[in-house]
Amino acid sequence: MNIHEYQAREIFRNHGMPVPPGDIARTPEEAERIAQKYGGKVVVKAQVHAGGRGKAGGVKLAKSAAEAGEHASRILGMRIKDLPVEQVLVTPTEDIASEAYVGLVVDRGSKSAVFMVSSEGGVDIEEVAATNPDAIRKLAVDPRYGLLPHQAYTLATALYSDVKQQRAAANIIAQLYDSFIDAGASLAEINPLITTPAGDVKAIDAKMNIDDNELFRKPRIEALRDDSSEEPSEVVAREAGLTFIKLDGDVGCCVNGAGLAMATMDLVKYYGGEPANFLDIGGSSNPEKVVSALKIITSDPSVKVILFNIFGGITRCDDVANGIVTATRQIDIQVPIVIRLTGTNEERAVQILEEAGFNAMTDMDEAVERAVKLAKGEGK
Amino acid sequence: MSIFADQETRLVVQGITGRDGSFHTRQMIEYGTRVVAGVTPGKGGQRFDDSVPVFDTVEQAVMETGANTSVVYVPPAFAADAMFEAADAGIEFIVCITEGVPVLDMTRVRPFVSEKGSRLLGPNCPGLISAGKTKVGIIPGNITDLGPVGLVSRSGTLTYEVVAKLKGAGVGTTTCVGIGGDPINGTSFIDCLAAFQEDPETEAIVMIGEIGGTDEQDAARFVREHVDKPVVGFIAGQTAPPGRRMGHAGAIISGSAGTAEEKIQAFEDNGIGVAKRPIDVVGLVQEALR
Repeated sequence: MNIHEYQAREIFRNHGMPVPPGDIARTPEEAERIAQKYGGKVVVKAQVHAGGRGKAGGVKLAKSAAEAGEHASRILGMRIKDLPVEQVLVTPTEDIASEAYVGLVVDRGSKSAVFMVSSEGGVDIEEVAATNPDAIRKLAVDPRYGLLPHQAYTLATALYSDVKQQRAAANIIAQLYDSFIDAGASLAEINPLITTPAGDVKAIDAKMNIDDNELFRKPRIEALRDDSSEEPSEVVAREAGLTFIKLDGDVGCCVNGAGLAMATMDLVKYYGGEPANFLDIGGSSNPEKVVSALKIITSDPSVKVILFNIFGGITRCDDVANGIVTATRQIDIQVPIVIRLTGTNEERAVQILEEAGFNAMTDMDEAVERAVKLAKGEGK
Repeated sequence: MSIFADQETRLVVQGITGRDGSFHTRQMIEYGTRVVAGVTPGKGGQRFDDSVPVFDTVEQAVMETGANTSVVYVPPAFAADAMFEAADAGIEFIVCITEGVPVLDMTRVRPFVSEKGSRLLGPNCPGLISAGKTKVGIIPGNITDLGPVGLVSRSGTLTYEVVAKLKGAGVGTTTCVGIGGDPINGTSFIDCLAAFQEDPETEAIVMIGEIGGTDEQDAARFVREHVDKPVVGFIAGQTAPPGRRMGHAGAIISGSAGTAEEKIQAFEDNGIGVAKRPIDVVGLVQEALR
């Protein structure tokens, strides 16, 4: 789950990190009022779950409260990477002497949480990693002992030579680790971590991704979820217990299992079609899930054909068949449905579908080829 | 032969009285797996289906029945402790089926299990099946017969698809292992490749990967250096858009690391035949066995 910058700042601040103040505005008037409070010189930042906000014009400096209001009116209502901006963070401008990067991420390679710090902050850290990997200092944290004080200090020495700044940064690094563990994050970043001309060290940007698997035990973090900043069909799918990702094609896919779902999309492409979505109905075989899945797929107007690909293991084919029959009675489906199912209770499923007037196929390639042809208006 | 589990496997089911645990215990027994014990705290002394003894703790199950392998079906909130408990009780091979285990829990489980000298498979995996001998987990028993192919995969149903296609062509397997798609798990592609290389009855290996991470690339290099048996590969997710999660926590591509193209290239560069479609695995395997 993604959370907004202002929410991540709040978590960091709760762990004692020096994060400058800031407030959220949903209207230009609110933004202007907040800017007034901070003396007029502020940054107006789009709160949206997409990278590259700055490049998209979603981060603007204002010299006065009136200008802050103008920026906010432009940014609010903007779409960044197709996601609507409904809130802006208004925060006082800081004078910047230097910019560093501090990140913490769960790393598949070292099987632990790994710090990455660099004195070259403020830019795309992946670019630094690609062009100048020596500029990034890494440290894997042993989860049994947590981040040890000397480790935090060692990382800080890679950022600053002044001992006061090193100590301040070591504290911030330790606070970032605590925030990360406390929130159940999979990624936490400060970019940039700045020094001011007076020598203070401050975190002026915050990013955090939460491990979805943590949410059951972190109701406080789950409450930070902002449905309005996600693709609406993906929100509906999540609430129905499905994994759904909207794509640009016209072959609607409904598959059990993530690997098979991806392989099905690939096969659609192989036969010359374009998948309209990724949809995994998961391992259970609740007919209700199939109904939800069909509703979500058919709500996309670009879908020209619906392709079911089910390999029954724990998922019982007859349950999926029942779901398809129920769903087609509830919703008026205007596009053809191609059904492939095989495995557990396959014969029963075929019988249910044939009684309801559907054809069921058992071969994956044949089914995908047929769906692609139908999407192109060929075959019948 | 087979890898990791065979007729010597004496299985304890953690969470045997739960919905998934009880269903799959019956399936495993039907297949021929020696299920010697179950564990559900508070239900010690009962018998599952009037036959399998249930214990409160894994330690008791091991002492009373000599269980050497465990399978975990408990909910995500208790899965990490179930794995700790199995390793603490001296279980040699732990298979965790549970989906949704927090990754930070796994950063602690993994070193603990390896220090105890146990092997962990999963979490969030379908388990494994050693054809004609035993199955541990949720892989349907009827999709494969004994044969010369060792198969390792990050996926569940995609594995069934490929294995069933092989069976349709008359090609069976030694062991099929689903390692799971989570970012931090117990057994890797490389662990399975090394075991298949050592297994005298495995003549060819199938490796099914997907987008995200660099495990397939590492495995490809391992094949070149340490595996002299033919290896056939398939990668799912060629049409996945970058930066989006595709269901598996593992299946995420960010930046240039972990795309399907990169993995396919790594396979080809290291002498692994790459199937374009799942069905093409069959032809490549038949060719390799010739």
